Amino acid sequence: MAILSRQFDFMSLAKPFGIASIAAVVISIGSLLINSLELGLDFTAGTLVEVGYSQPVAVGEVTERMRVAGYPNAQVVAFGSDQDVLIRLPVDDTVSQEEMANSLVSLGDDILAALDDGSGVELTINRLEFVGPRVGEELAESGGMGLLVALGIVMIYVAIRFQSKFAIAAVIALFHDVIITLGIFSLFGLQFDLTVLAALLAIIGYSINDTIVVFDRIRENFRIMRKGTPYEMINVSLNQTLSRTIITAMTTQLVVCAMLFLGGESIQGFAIALTLGILIGTYSSVYIASSLLLYLNVSKEDLMVPIKDNSQDSTP
Amino acid sequence: MLNKFPLWKNLLVVFVVLMAAIYSAPNLYPDDPAVQVSHEDSDITQFDLGAITDALSAESVSYFGEEVDGGTGLVRFSNLEDQLRGKAIIEQTLGNGYFTALNLAPTTPGWLQAINAGKMSLGLDLQGGVHFLMEVDMDAALQRRMENNVSTIRQILRSERIRSRSLSLENSNLIVARFDNEESRSEARSLIRENFADLQNVTREQGEVFSLELSLSDADILQLQRDTIAANKTTILNRVDSLGVSEPVVQQQGSNRIVVELPGVQDTAQAKRILQRIATLQFHLEAAPGAPSTSYTTYEYQGQLIDVSNDVILQGDRVSNVRSALDQSGLPQVVINLDAQGGEQFSRVTRENIGTLMDIVLSETKTRSTFTTAADGEVTEVQETYEEKRLISHATIRAALGREFVITGLSTTEANELSLLIRSGALAAPMYFVEERTLGPSLGAENIRQGTQAVYLGFGLVLIFMVFYYRIFGLVANVALAVNVLLLIAIMSIISATLTLPGIFGIVLIVGMAVDANVLIFTRIREELASGLSPQGAISAGFNNAFSTIVDANVTTLLVGIVLFSIGTGPVKGFAVTLMIGIATSMFTAIIVTRALINLIYGGRAVKELSIGKYA
Repeated sequence: MAILSRQFDFMSLAKPFGIASIAAVVISIGSLLINSLELGLDFTAGTLVEVGYSQPVAVGEVTERMRVAGYPNAQVVAFGSDQDVLIRLPVDDTVSQEEMANSLVSLGDDILAALDDGSGVELTINRLEFVGPRVGEELAESGGMGLLVALGIVMIYVAIRFQSKFAIAAVIALFHDVIITLGIFSLFGLQFDLTVLAALLAIIGYSINDTIVVFDRIRENFRIMRKGTPYEMINVSLNQTLSRTIITAMTTQLVVCAMLFLGGESIQGFAIALTLGILIGTYSSVYIASSLLLYLNVSKEDLMVPIKDNSQDSTP
Repeated sequence: MLNKFPLWKNLLVVFVVLMAAIYSAPNLYPDDPAVQVSHEDSDITQFDLGAITDALSAESVSYFGEEVDGGTGLVRFSNLEDQLRGKAIIEQTLGNGYFTALNLAPTTPGWLQAINAGKMSLGLDLQGGVHFLMEVDMDAALQRRMENNVSTIRQILRSERIRSRSLSLENSNLIVARFDNEESRSEARSLIRENFADLQNVTREQGEVFSLELSLSDADILQLQRDTIAANKTTILNRVDSLGVSEPVVQQQGSNRIVVELPGVQDTAQAKRILQRIATLQFHLEAAPGAPSTSYTTYEYQGQLIDVSNDVILQGDRVSNVRSALDQSGLPQVVINLDAQGGEQFSRVTRENIGTLMDIVLSETKTRSTFTTAADGEVTEVQETYEEKRLISHATIRAALGREFVITGLSTTEANELSLLIRSGALAAPMYFVEERTLGPSLGAENIRQGTQAVYLGFGLVLIFMVFYYRIFGLVANVALAVNVLLLIAIMSIISATLTLPGIFGIVLIVGMAVDANVLIFTRIREELASGLSPQGAISAGFNNAFSTIVDANVTTLLVGIVLFSIGTGPVKGFAVTLMIGIATSMFTAIIVTRALINLIYGGRAVKELSIGKYA
């Protein structure tokens, strides 16, 4: 690959990219504060019903029938085809759904009865999801906690395997990835549900993987290169790992895009989050994690811990 | 630097691949939807089977593989729709006394079943069904225990003639007893201490009033919660059995919730009716020999027929606590505590019946359908509820029993089982539905279709890219990748993990990320070649130098996977499991399998050039 043959001065662009990243993080936080996230059913609690009609149906008509049946706040949208609608009921709708869920009548039967206009059009419930308010709240808490715990564990591991400056740089890069991905979800009003939370954790996994590969090379070069400033050594390391960075990002993007385009509506949020996260995570290994190392004045001395020589490792 | 693997390493690779192929094979044999038929008290015969097949043919429902095995009949269908229609037809044909259950009949060849090779089960999002999350009302359980305590304390104080001003339950975990003087209070306190080891007490004075506050410790509340959830889980398991669902899932989630997943069930209302039933528990004496046959009921217990008197000596709601424990000599026993009224009642009856056998009967309300055909041929389904009673304990009364008594002579498993059953009848706390999800079967089929398409496309693109970029080495990486997926499926089948849509995407993501280890090694080999190493030297140095990077990078991802697993529920957990197993298998295949193949191709001979793409 042509990229390999040219040494690229990555760190010369550290400042402008750093400023761009700070701007992106600020915008993301701003958007999260102002718009917040379009939380999915898993977190907000409420009911979601996907109804299939045997004939095309108008969304307005369904909304009207739901209103008449005592669900004034029902949101109805077309789902996939014109024969499927998705109905969302907020949890504080006039009818207490928690009560309903505990009564012997099924919520689904009730909605089917409300929608049936007696014209002989067949209705089927493809999917019904009811999430009680307490469950949603707890999930949001444990999800947020999970993200923090994951970051904490990664920080400790990197601090032990490398050094504290590396740990700080890695975790700031991860925060950067998570915040910008969340920011994009918030800016564009994309729905944030449980699968997106899973995707965020997968992004942390991917991004740290990428960062570690770069760090590993930086550590190796700091130890074996006699000459050169940290600036040069980081540049060399980035160039050496560049082709791997690009290829791995590419193969992963290939499969994630397959998911995005073929995976269907229910997995869309997950695939979008991963697509964004892999791009941002790849970028942040270079321009956040590595630039921060430089900014934190990483030096040969930081890595002078006595570690056994790995070059003649008895690996297979 | 000949790059040869010792024989054992090559054999290990062959062995692992072979095992992976065998243990992932069952997934190639999808289960047949089937209906299982049994009769209340006799075996199913070929004659019954003939009646069933005739009726099915008459309604032109296609079926196959009908068989009678060990007293139950089985009929297979080619799709779920036929299965449901078939079940209704069979129920109508056979009438009352027969039980039909939906079932998935395995088609796995016998030798695979013999080595316990199972398949991954499909999550609800892939096959449709209902999912409930039920919350157990722990506060109610605690309240009931404390109410029992209040009534017992009242009884004790009365019998010891200790006067109290008032005695009441202030909140679910606080009993307050008020006395006129210090003396009565200290007497009461020592009595309570004697009788209730688990109640903590605090004394308080306010003017002329001397009060005693009693509560359960946090540890005891925790124990109560554990017992209660176990009791509720047992109850649910028993009820789910009566639904006749194949592969139901009943799992505890967190400290107070239970997940119930019923694949294939579409009638939510019926499922809910059954899950909310309450079980009851009754204590009886064994019927005296020669008693009139109307005065007793016969139960089967461990293969014996036992006549149990119809008189109830104690109702289950008098039971305040049940636990299995070990006695002084280390033998398992079940310890049952009764409330005051129950204790008194019980001691009176048992005193008069020492040497008689006492029986505990658990009754559960269940539903079944009956079909009636009207004159015009219209068939109507009527659901009726009936009580199913089971004898769960049959033991001799050795002494007059009081508020606390034990049942001995059991094995450890029997003791655990019995205490669970008694609890499910006596201690199960109310439950509420806090989450309900229904997925239609068509949506499941659609999810499978889209999921597999995405897997094929993603996998295909990666394979093409690798060969294009790394030539022979890319081909080797592709073989390793295929082995990786095979291993992943084998391990998931062995631990009978549930495959969900996010799980499928976990596999897709793993495929994308798994090549990373190979990419790391190959770029390293290219670098070594560029720096002038011989082909053999470059292979060896490439693998060795990339090793610690691969381990570091994968361990961090694995750590994140563990966090994901511990916070996630349902589908997210499925994703985490796939991710974690995938990381482990991809390290094995990228490092060991790839190396074995490279060694096979290039090792042990003079090589001028490696087919690894451009590197200069």
